[in-house]
Amino acid sequence: MSRKIKKITYLGLYTAVAILLGYIESLLPVITAVPGMKIGLANLAIVLVLYQFGPLAAFMVQIVRILAVGFLFGNLFGIAFSLAGGMSSLIVMTLIKHQTVFGITGVSVAGGVTHNIGQILIASALVKNNQIMYYLPALIVTGVTTGLLIGLLCMEIRKRLYKYD
Amino acid sequence: MKKRDIILITAILAAAFAMTFFVNRDSTEGESLRITVDGKEYGVYRLDRDQIIKINNTNTCKIQEGKVWMVRADCPDQICVHHKPLDHTGGSIICLPNRVSMTIVNSRQTDTPDTIVS
Repeated sequence: MSRKIKKITYLGLYTAVAILLGYIESLLPVITAVPGMKIGLANLAIVLVLYQFGPLAAFMVQIVRILAVGFLFGNLFGIAFSLAGGMSSLIVMTLIKHQTVFGITGVSVAGGVTHNIGQILIASALVKNNQIMYYLPALIVTGVTTGLLIGLLCMEIRKRLYKYD
Repeated sequence: MKKRDIILITAILAAAFAMTFFVNRDSTEGESLRITVDGKEYGVYRLDRDQIIKINNTNTCKIQEGKVWMVRADCPDQICVHHKPLDHTGGSIICLPNRVSMTIVNSRQTDTPDTIVS
């Protein structure tokens, strides 16, 4: 199989997985200790793409995922909101990964935290309420927790995916 | 997991912990509820008077026994409706899709909040 076809197939598969994970997350009961709190399951697919095919491919999958999930289950407002979180987290993950001193878990944690920070900044700008910043520490802690779990999962998945590379 | 990952995680958690000191959460009982829509003030209501407030036909909130909560919102996510009732100064419930924000304030600080410069 040619390299290019393999890449296209993989990216399509990852995009489908990312959309599905986003859907699964929307089915889970909302734990509303903090508004804007998310598990960020879809980030699992994004981190895997970032490691296997690099930042450009990860950006493409992220944009397709956000648009697809947004039009299927959300609205334009939600799309703008997800783009803010998704893009800021991907930019930070790319930068952190580039430093090579951090492993996949560190990259995933940084992504989870910046996703939450990006979303709350957009939220507080939109409602013009800076009281919302009260939630920042709690959102950082949840971002670390989910990012850690997703990072560990990614590590295990990558060990097994090498066989098919 | 690399050792540096653990250092990174610890640093982020330490920063979050340090932040809780800067975010000064005043835990005195609040006196009034300020509602803003799209950043503009919609109204200020006293918390000691039980009432139901309709906000622009999109949201409805209820004040009872000094606590306030959202009883209805027409948005799909319903995050604000599930939010726990507010009674302390500085607490807020925000309905992002409708840009509705409810914050508990002391009556002496009913001046408008600083706008966010982005």
